[in-house]
Amino acid sequence: MSSAFHNLKVMNRLDLTRLTVAQLKRDEAVIGGIGNANFDLWETGQRPQNFYMLGSMGLTIPIALGVAIAQPKRHVVALEGDGSLLMQLGCLTTVAVQAPKNLTMVVWDNGIYQITGSQPTASQATADIVAIARGAGLANSAWAADEDEFERLVARALEGGAPSLIAARIDGAPGVGKTERDPVAIRASFMRGIAVKK
Amino acid sequence: MNNVSAASDAKPWHQIVLETLKANDVRLIVYVPDRVLTQLIAALHADAFFTVFAATREEEAVGIITGAYMAGLRGAVLMQTSGFATLPNALASLVSPSQIPALLFVSERGTLGEFNLGQALVAKTMRPVLDALAVENHTITRHDELAFIVDRSIKQAYATQAPVVFILSPLLTGGKVFAA
Repeated sequence: MSSAFHNLKVMNRLDLTRLTVAQLKRDEAVIGGIGNANFDLWETGQRPQNFYMLGSMGLTIPIALGVAIAQPKRHVVALEGDGSLLMQLGCLTTVAVQAPKNLTMVVWDNGIYQITGSQPTASQATADIVAIARGAGLANSAWAADEDEFERLVARALEGGAPSLIAARIDGAPGVGKTERDPVAIRASFMRGIAVKK
Repeated sequence: MNNVSAASDAKPWHQIVLETLKANDVRLIVYVPDRVLTQLIAALHADAFFTVFAATREEEAVGIITGAYMAGLRGAVLMQTSGFATLPNALASLVSPSQIPALLFVSERGTLGEFNLGQALVAKTMRPVLDALAVENHTITRHDELAFIVDRSIKQAYATQAPVVFILSPLLTGGKVFAA
């Protein structure tokens, strides 16, 4: 295990997703990454400002960046897993260059590809997601040591001003919710939720 | 510029593309660069109407314009043939099932004088993939048809909520030729 993880409490994705959603007071957009990230987001209640990905692993943060650029007055939260992010690390450099003031990236790091049989990811033992993010140019990147610190980091990130990345070590529990697998309905609902579609 | 058809016309192809994007309120341009697209990219960067930047990968660019579209901002992606070859999953699992009017401009490498075998082979995967996915695509060879095809197809993309791919042939752009 990387030395970065020594003092980190192993938390639970659904618990932390609830803590995140509870802080959303201004119709923030949330992009739930493929698989468990959006299953747990679904379980917290279907806010119309939520977008649930059903494919395109790795594109959570790019989609969130697009929303953030299009609607600079609305804060956007991306919920992404470690395996997915490792597939598309370059996107962190793009976010750093564009530096949207209204984007928060949350990375659930269980160190496994849980949904495919819990095979190890690179972040289980060696890769440090926060160090990678800082190296990409995202200065506001931090591990959450426990739930209290996670809440504080989310609250600070939602104030905006610069893109933030919050990483949390989580357990290997599968996602709880069962997201409706209707991409057109999800997209239309999201567009209504963020005032693009009537 | 080695543009045969543009020689008889005051407006170069890239100016027509820029003006057509602007006329259709397509403001966000995300690209992975290509030599053939250099002048278009430079002109877009120089025009404050557009928000223009590079992504590290074509599928990343598609994700960005997908998010932007859903949030009310129209976008397009610029790439070359080999970059298109990285896109089938993003098209099949995001753009097509979610009915996203993604505008994709592909500078066609791998034909009409290609010097790189890697480009020549990957080019042959492009149209079969698009046809398999039933994604509207146009290979543009003629300068006099460029504005019509791009303008009408952008309008159709938004009206029908479907992606469209513009393959920019070396017959239009001059292509990239081996520097002897």
